[in-house]
Amino acid sequence: MTTLLSASRLTKQFTGLLAVNEVDVEVSAGSVHGIIGPNGAGKTTLFNLISGLLPLTSGTLTLDGRDVTSAPPYQRTRLGVARTFQNIRMFSDMTVVENVMTGMHTRLKSSGVASLLRLPGFRREERAARDKAMELLAFVSLADKARVRSGDLSYGDQRRLEIARALAGDPRLLLLDEPAAGMNPTETRDLGTLLRQVAKRDITLLLVEHNMGFVMDLCDRITVLNFGRKIAEGGPREVRDNPAVIEAYLGTKVAARLAKAHGA
Amino acid sequence: MDGMTMAEWLDDFLFTYETLIHALGVHGLLALSMYCVMAVGQLSLGQAAFMGIGAYTGALLTLNLGLPFWLVLPLSALAPAVVALVIGGPTLRLSGVYLAISTIALGEVLRVLYINAEWLTGGALGLSGIPRKADLWLIYLLLFLAVLGFWAVGRSKIGRAMEAMREDEAVAGVMGVNLPVYKMGALVVSAMLAGLAGCLTAHSNSFIGPNEFGFEMAVTILSFALLGGIGTPIAPVIGALVLTSLPEILRPLQDFRLVINGLIIVVAVLFLPRGVIPFRLRRAP
Repeated sequence: MTTLLSASRLTKQFTGLLAVNEVDVEVSAGSVHGIIGPNGAGKTTLFNLISGLLPLTSGTLTLDGRDVTSAPPYQRTRLGVARTFQNIRMFSDMTVVENVMTGMHTRLKSSGVASLLRLPGFRREERAARDKAMELLAFVSLADKARVRSGDLSYGDQRRLEIARALAGDPRLLLLDEPAAGMNPTETRDLGTLLRQVAKRDITLLLVEHNMGFVMDLCDRITVLNFGRKIAEGGPREVRDNPAVIEAYLGTKVAARLAKAHGA
Repeated sequence: MDGMTMAEWLDDFLFTYETLIHALGVHGLLALSMYCVMAVGQLSLGQAAFMGIGAYTGALLTLNLGLPFWLVLPLSALAPAVVALVIGGPTLRLSGVYLAISTIALGEVLRVLYINAEWLTGGALGLSGIPRKADLWLIYLLLFLAVLGFWAVGRSKIGRAMEAMREDEAVAGVMGVNLPVYKMGALVVSAMLAGLAGCLTAHSNSFIGPNEFGFEMAVTILSFALLGGIGTPIAPVIGALVLTSLPEILRPLQDFRLVINGLIIVVAVLFLPRGVIPFRLRRAP
């Protein structure tokens, strides 16, 4: 499998705090890659570095072999990076379908002049964009709410709208920051089904998640962070049995007791 | 209308209120210029300064070079646009109140410049005897076209990107919006509109002075957009119409006029935070 995203010695320092400390991550094209770690491990910061919301302190970042270390967010979006946010960030005054169409920004080619004169080509492109947005909304089961103000959607609907909006830019890499946060078991299961369908569309997924069952079930490969450092990486089974991971989550005492129990 | 025909009455009305009717149209353009910046979530208080550049450019081109008005008008829009391009670089890195403060400075610097460059600008006395070439139809045609233009562009990916920036700039960037280009574009277009308004003012009042484009005017222009709202391009224009005609309508109240005027603004801002026209433009076909 080819590498889609390659982060090398990624570092982010907030004055005294090393939020992300020389982390290497390789995300293979077509994989579902999870990032886990206790609170404050640097997962969201890592996401912000990858999507370009925060500048790197040091390290390099390549996307499909192209260096994007210092590219602004909009260029990364053009190259195929999309993301959702841990605390949902909709354009809440816009309708649901307008939100999705905003996600297509880099894929719409009509010029300002064409839109000013409402040329036929512009109108055709807008209609096609709306139709594509409606398809995406159907894909995330929100088609019937297309004209609703998105701030009025329920929490679960807003999460799915964020996914539709991110998919609207035809990404190759989709970053999901705690997509299952605040969801009940049924909603979480539905989300898992949805994300598997997304993965089938040849979109590589990189997700941060606290729900271990969800992550272990969905991901091909998992990276574990603690205090800004990578402490483990591998398949779900490998990571689950890794003593360093158990220690990070449960503390040294429990880890030692577990190790003894396994030994016995 | 004792004995007058409708046409005569209209003529009489237009003659009596000509200055006010011109001001209504020009203020509509200024309100749109404010709208253009606020639509991308920026707060600029430089609109009066851009208006002044347009006014002085237009007046000087007409008075000193005798250029025809059809040429003076676009040049008066171009001059502030160039200034916006130059000052946009450093100032658009600032946000919120800091951008507002630095654009106030632009207005003050220019005011001092107008006063001291006496050989060119007439100093504190200003420029007078400017031919009255801006008629009613031209002013309102330009206003109409500007509203129409904002309406059309607002219903495209540009309009969606602008609203996205206003709601959450960082997320708009993640959606692929080139933030610096959009901010600069909005500032330049707003400067052009303000420049047009300035040129029209100069060629309708036949006099301009250095103190007409200062802080007070900047705040007045801001209040057009605050009162009207920025959900649709027509909203700030309505705000300008209300705030410009209110002092005239309240004239019978004599000394209480300004008190009531101020009260209406305060009440509107408190109870109508989205402006008197709170609707928003639909941006999907």
